[in-house]
Amino acid sequence: MANTLKLEIVTPDRKVLSEEVEYVGAPGILGEFGVLPKHVPFLSALGVGNLHYKQNGKAYYVFVAGGFAEVSNDQVTILAEVAEKATEIDTDRASKAKARAEERATKAKERIDGARNQAALRRAISRINCKTSGKNAGTC
Amino acid sequence: MASLKDVQNQITGVKKTKQITKAMNMVASAKLRNAQERIERFRPYADKFYEMLGDLAAGADESVHPLLEVRDEVKTVGIMVCTSDRGLCGAFNVNIINTARKLAKQKADEGKTVKFWCIGKKARDAFRKMDYEIVRAEPDAMSKFDFTLAASVGNELIAGYVAGDLDEVHVVYGEFQSMAKQPPVSLSVLPMAAQGEEGEKAEKATGGSGDYVYEPSVEGLLAELLPRFVKVQVYRGLLDTACSEHAARMAAMDNATKACDELTNTLTLLYNKTRQAAITGDLMDIVGGVEALKG
Repeated sequence: MANTLKLEIVTPDRKVLSEEVEYVGAPGILGEFGVLPKHVPFLSALGVGNLHYKQNGKAYYVFVAGGFAEVSNDQVTILAEVAEKATEIDTDRASKAKARAEERATKAKERIDGARNQAALRRAISRINCKTSGKNAGTC
Repeated sequence: MASLKDVQNQITGVKKTKQITKAMNMVASAKLRNAQERIERFRPYADKFYEMLGDLAAGADESVHPLLEVRDEVKTVGIMVCTSDRGLCGAFNVNIINTARKLAKQKADEGKTVKFWCIGKKARDAFRKMDYEIVRAEPDAMSKFDFTLAASVGNELIAGYVAGDLDEVHVVYGEFQSMAKQPPVSLSVLPMAAQGEEGEKAEKATGGSGDYVYEPSVEGLLAELLPRFVKVQVYRGLLDTACSEHAARMAAMDNATKACDELTNTLTLLYNKTRQAAITGDLMDIVGGVEALKG
């Protein structure tokens, strides 16, 4: 037990995963943080980005957007608004969303919420990165 | 006495109604299963959320966030009512609407302005006829909704509260207690003082240590957590109402099916009696005719 962490990712709609892992890296709102077993109790808000964890020496990737991470007693709980495993990500859809957001960014500003568009773009890029990282690691 | 044909028509009619109610019952039970699964899926999130809030509440000063602030003078009250879109589910919607109406009347009698957020067609239809202001109505939301709806309604409520347009927010919904019991519940969502205490209780129960490292600060985290808590509660209201609606409809349709059975029995009895009376009448005529021929 001492050498693993229990990672749980839940969203309002489902429980995404619950696994014993060796390492968790998550996109905190102040920057990426890593968690190894025996980490101090820790609570952080999450930004948009890729969470990755190691299990049996392999790296796995999960896209998360918004939420919180709690670490205590070798238990990592991620409460995310949105969470998708790399295997579940639809790259086509993400690419389209990215193209759309980029196109909107160049267009005139009328009727388009700039901040919102930027957030959409960031999500799309993160999703694509997540998929690529997963593929490179051979777990997707 | 009704004619044979009339009774027969009535029986066919009742049997057809029974087919419909039975089908509705089965549809409702299938939908109920779905709705229950959604609640099951949401529960881990909600539980973890309460836990986390509990851990945080231990180290928090209650004046750090506008959503925790209790206002001395309450001028405007926001009520979010959550009902089903469709009827035929017994007194379910009426109960919720009555609870909301009583609450609104009580607040109005105290001289406060009441504003409504209506989720579900029945709520909108009911409150449209009254003098209260409806800020937002979502008449066809219940058949298909997800966390986005809860988030957008939650955001409006929070924005209203922070801006001072609302001084109190209540959520009225049908709580799913069991298959037989779905009482209307009115939950005070904002200000959040009451929940703070609950959080502390949870903290004691889990025995979590207070030595957390927070990132960003406690205030920063609360600023993220508390608005989400409102949304979580709104979402729970929606999920519960959806589930309760189907349970209530199942019960109502079950009763209707039983009533149809009873009615069919009574009518069949009447039908047989009428038929026998007709036969007796015919026989009397024949016997009478024969007697007359003899004479």
